[in-house]
Amino acid sequence: MIDFGRRTWRIRRGPVAVHGALRTVVVCLGLLLVTCAVGVAGVVTGDLDFTIAEVWRALRDPDAGFDRVVILEWRVPRVTAAIVFGAALGASGAVFQALTRNPLASPDVIGLSAGSHTGGLVAIILLGGTYSAIAGGALIGGVLTAVAIYLLAYRRGVQGFRLIVVGIGVSAMLTAANTYLILRAELDLAMSAAAWGAGSLNGTNWEQVLIGGGVIVVLLTVLTVFAPALSQLGLGDEAAAASGVTVERTRLTLVVLGVAPVAVVTAAAGPIAFVALAAPQIARRLARTAGVTITPAAFTGAFLLLAADYAAQHLLPVTLPVGLVTVVIGGGYLVWLLVAEARRRL
Amino acid sequence: MPPESDPRPPGAAGSPAVNTAARRGRLCVEDATIGYDKRIIIENLSVQIPDHSFTVIVGPNACGKSTLLRGLSRLLKPSDGQVVLDGADIHSYKAKEVARRIGLLPQNSIAPDGITVADLVARGRFPHQGLLRQWTEKDEQAVAEAMEATGVTDLSGRLVDELSGGQRQRVWVSMALAQRTDILLLDEPTTFLDITHQIELLELFTDLHLAGRTLVAVLHDLNHAARYGTHLIAMKNGAIVAQGPPADIVTADLVEEVFDLTCVVVPDPVSGSPSVAPLGRIR
Repeated sequence: MIDFGRRTWRIRRGPVAVHGALRTVVVCLGLLLVTCAVGVAGVVTGDLDFTIAEVWRALRDPDAGFDRVVILEWRVPRVTAAIVFGAALGASGAVFQALTRNPLASPDVIGLSAGSHTGGLVAIILLGGTYSAIAGGALIGGVLTAVAIYLLAYRRGVQGFRLIVVGIGVSAMLTAANTYLILRAELDLAMSAAAWGAGSLNGTNWEQVLIGGGVIVVLLTVLTVFAPALSQLGLGDEAAAASGVTVERTRLTLVVLGVAPVAVVTAAAGPIAFVALAAPQIARRLARTAGVTITPAAFTGAFLLLAADYAAQHLLPVTLPVGLVTVVIGGGYLVWLLVAEARRRL
Repeated sequence: MPPESDPRPPGAAGSPAVNTAARRGRLCVEDATIGYDKRIIIENLSVQIPDHSFTVIVGPNACGKSTLLRGLSRLLKPSDGQVVLDGADIHSYKAKEVARRIGLLPQNSIAPDGITVADLVARGRFPHQGLLRQWTEKDEQAVAEAMEATGVTDLSGRLVDELSGGQRQRVWVSMALAQRTDILLLDEPTTFLDITHQIELLELFTDLHLAGRTLVAVLHDLNHAARYGTHLIAMKNGAIVAQGPPADIVTADLVEEVFDLTCVVVPDPVSGSPSVAPLGRIR
């Protein structure tokens, strides 16, 4: 047996031969457990408090009336959305942080969220904001931004730090464009755009959860397939290429796969900052993985967004959009990160 | 360590091996022009890498030796001509297929934060792994043997960040070995190491060469190249000036021609290989 410096597990059965660190599995299961606990709390508490038995009855009995509406139509989709969207943001952040080997690189910092936001705003103002229009607009906006940043940062391949600097610049420009769009819009459109733009899971319905969630599950599955190539890219472009990774093609694929979950989440809930930035780093410290990895980041993201949404609803004297809560926490974290990064480099 | 690769070009399975070692090496460059973007470094260069040799490429800075190595390793695509691996253009293979035949120790590699030695060496198994087959008995064996051969088995659980420069370089060599390729390319492997670690590493390469591998290294130190290499390629301005066994080609004239350095070549007192003493201005 090889000593990996930590406990490992492995499965060899038929065509399957996989292995991994035991700690990663334990951390993911632990996160799943606390996420479920907060999820249950999110379903039972609110303006109307329920017992578990009441929830169970409401879920099974179609004649449970208003209780059933509150639980099945309001709270369960909201909790599900927080979990799935949080996982998407965490995974997306992990992709960009691993690609650039920089904890600053996350879709909200390098302008992809801003681009999705712009796309969504254009859809609201021009097409009037049905869910599919916003979703399409956000997706197109996010992908276009990603392509623009990629091309602007391209010089004999894309180097991580250049991608971040270009992304921050693009992000600033897009934020200005977003403000301009809202200022120029008619009042009622501007108000719905602003409410969406705060980033909120308020009023999440099953349509958004099922469509968005379905797309996210597919994206995360495909990302898992690319995870080994992503780890390999962490060794540097030459070492990755020498071990059989087609570097530029894989990186472009990962950029597109990484921006798509953010666009889907932004379309449904508006821009939600911080989760994609913080989840991969928290996950890396919890699981002690080599570099940033996707799966633990997704679990951490799910927990973070759900917990932030719960806090936004119940722990503060006023009910706030979850986007506002994550921005406040995330802003502080970003300042700390910048200071730490500057200290490390000087 | 047996190679896992099948030394035949893609699509040639079942047919007899296309070329024999006697006629042509498995890896060669045919009339290739290689450079970056529009800047041409090497023009119309042809060269054979003799099978089972420890080939060392030497030459002054910016002579194109690293560019040649990058061309041989598929990192750079020739704008004209081709690099031939086992009878077919190296760019006609799938990337993973090349990586099962040629390993490379790059100049600049990055160890991810918090990676252990065994983890890093295991990354060398990437070209042999599939979606579901990520850690077979063979992978485990290859990693164990690679660590044994480079003497890092005792370090396997340690963090790569905590190692010394010499140890770290041995771990990178170990990762390239875990790839289990017949051909191993080394881009300035001894740079930034102290003399003891340089010699230690060069002798490790000699062991690998004696075990049957073909090695191609870019080295800066001419004396090391002449002592450990079995085949020397001397380059200047993107062209090959001389090639052959060190004892045959390393002369004062050649050193002057390639490096613009007047010198005396004497036999190395230990190995008898040619050793270069610069005349210099100050004595």
